[in-house]
Amino acid sequence: MSSDEMDASGAGAVVDRMAGAVPEPGSAKSDPILVADGVRRSFGGLTAVDVGHLEVQRGTITALIGPNGAGKSTLFNLLTGFDRVDGGRWSFEGRSVNGRPGHRVARAGMVRTFQLTKALTRMTVLDNMLLGAQGQVGERMAGAFLRPVWGRQEKANTVRAMELLERFKLVDKRQDMAGSLSGGQRKLLEMARALMTDPSMIMLDEPMAGVNPALVQSLLHHITSLRDEGKTVLFVEHDMDVIMGISDWIVVLAQGQVIAEGSPSDIRSNQQVIDAYLGVQEVGDEVRGSGDE
Amino acid sequence: MDIFLILAESARSAVGPVAAIYALAAIGLNMHFGYTGLLNFGQVGFMLVGAYGVGISVAVFELPLLVGFLVGLACAVVLALLLGIPTLRLRADYLAITTIAAAEVLRLVYRAGFAEPLTKGVYGLQNLSGEFRTWNVFFDPGERYGFGAFSFSGNHMWLMAVTWGLVALTALLTWLLIHSPWGRVVRGIREDEEAVRSLGKNAFAYKMQALVLGGLIGALAGSMMAVHQGAIQPDQFKPQVTFFLWVILLLGGAGRVLGPIVGSMAFWFLMSFTDGFLRGLGREGYLPFLSGPDYGAIQLAFVGVMLVLLIVFRPQGLIGDRKEMLVNVK
Ligand SMILES: Nc1ncnc2c1ncn2[C@@H]1O[C@H](COP(=O)(O)OP(=O)(O)OP(=O)(O)O)[C@@H](O)[C@H]1O
Ligand SMILES: [Mg+2]
Repeated sequence: MSSDEMDASGAGAVVDRMAGAVPEPGSAKSDPILVADGVRRSFGGLTAVDVGHLEVQRGTITALIGPNGAGKSTLFNLLTGFDRVDGGRWSFEGRSVNGRPGHRVARAGMVRTFQLTKALTRMTVLDNMLLGAQGQVGERMAGAFLRPVWGRQEKANTVRAMELLERFKLVDKRQDMAGSLSGGQRKLLEMARALMTDPSMIMLDEPMAGVNPALVQSLLHHITSLRDEGKTVLFVEHDMDVIMGISDWIVVLAQGQVIAEGSPSDIRSNQQVIDAYLGVQEVGDEVRGSGDE
Repeated sequence: MDIFLILAESARSAVGPVAAIYALAAIGLNMHFGYTGLLNFGQVGFMLVGAYGVGISVAVFELPLLVGFLVGLACAVVLALLLGIPTLRLRADYLAITTIAAAEVLRLVYRAGFAEPLTKGVYGLQNLSGEFRTWNVFFDPGERYGFGAFSFSGNHMWLMAVTWGLVALTALLTWLLIHSPWGRVVRGIREDEEAVRSLGKNAFAYKMQALVLGGLIGALAGSMMAVHQGAIQPDQFKPQVTFFLWVILLLGGAGRVLGPIVGSMAFWFLMSFTDGFLRGLGREGYLPFLSGPDYGAIQLAFVGVMLVLLIVFRPQGLIGDRKEMLVNVK
């Protein structure tokens, strides 16, 4: 790939995908897949999430960033039905999904991974993958006895699972217990497993944490190819190089609120964002200092 | 002391009706805990409703035995729903507390004065095996089958055939289910329920199904118990029974289809052996400081020791999967 092409898939294309969305908190998108309004959640006295209005553009890679404790994971949990909101509405692909339990949100096509990896440890890597496949006849209690019927589905699903495992460099581990994988491998497995559900939007909570740099590059490649297949990616990440490198759009959360939105170049120069990161002592100058590490 | 006699007696217990009944109940518990990860500390409650389904139908209403079985199974479904609906959405420990309490409450209700018209209170119900024996066309009740001390009456043979048959049937059912995509979901729930939900599976519904299924198998065990003994009293259904079932499950290997069966046979062999051995020693005058009733206490202490040894030396159980056990869980 020549450097010219790289540029074309970078800044130039970004504007296109976002169709000129205004870089300000709560900005409207031309073709939003996810629209959230007034989503709130507090723990005791602490307001963890209080998002006024948020839209995620279909077919883009959107990064959700913010200092530790900003409410990113909590927002993920709320949107995907893994935690209960105190208030607010949101819709996915034009259909309201608020109040739906997690499995129904997943079935609607919005699938998430967890910051603390949830590998099913005493099951093989392949079984982990197959669990992701949707519409399995054999998963119904009565259907479980119809081996000829689900056997065929199982074969097709196995082929698909193997393709994904190949992509994620886990194919040699397919018969191992997931609990025997390393931390980074578990992250990969979780992402591959989420993709096995064939979601229209995938939400990744720190997918690169603990993954070695060489693999990060190939993961980034997978993420961009997912987008190019038409999927929407929303991911939480702390590594600024990664974020700036692949995001079409960045949403910045601080103390539960969206304080800024925009393309990577908008965000890089946004004083409020820099202040937000500096305002939280533990994270120090994460934004500006990310390149040094 | 005739060690061979004790061994023959122990072997008789290992394959006898009681071992079969406990194996059956433990198969239900294996569905709950071994595969789905549900902490059911009240499996005896399911046995109780199964036993009284037969008892009340047959002894009070003079209905056919088969109706009694069906009533027992229906009660198990109701019990599972009552236990599961409020707790299965919550953390695992809520089910544990609820089941242990519910089983005790059931026992107290069945023995209470107000329930006497149906349950006959603490005295329980009698004459429950008559019809079952009339179904026996295979074994002659007057005959003894086997050799020497290792032999059974025709009635026992018939009961063992049916109960072990049910054990085989439910084990096969378990095997089929667990080796299907349904079983994969259920095992996934045992590992991490949220991960399974994030993949679009209704974890609550699966847990409910597993709870009902394991409860039904437990009730079946209870019904066979009523038929075996011919008489039931509420106080046989103490928490100790659940405790034995857990020992059996862990001894054999949780999450293995044959685990509960191997566990029950080994458990009753050892129980009978310690009993015979203690009595033998007592008769020969080696235990002057103990009297007959103390043997039971020592026997129970022995169960505890067995459990400790098991956890130390073979945590996966007799036929458990060591590979699965060694996996670093977190
Ligand atoms: N279950 C909970 N109970 C109480 N407080 C919680 C709970 N979950 C999150 N919080 C609080 O909500 C705030 C947001 O947490 P959250 O996990 O969403 O942060 P985050 O942005 O994902 O941070 P990080 O980048 O460190 O993962 C934090 O202050 C946290 O202490
Ligand atoms: Mg987080």
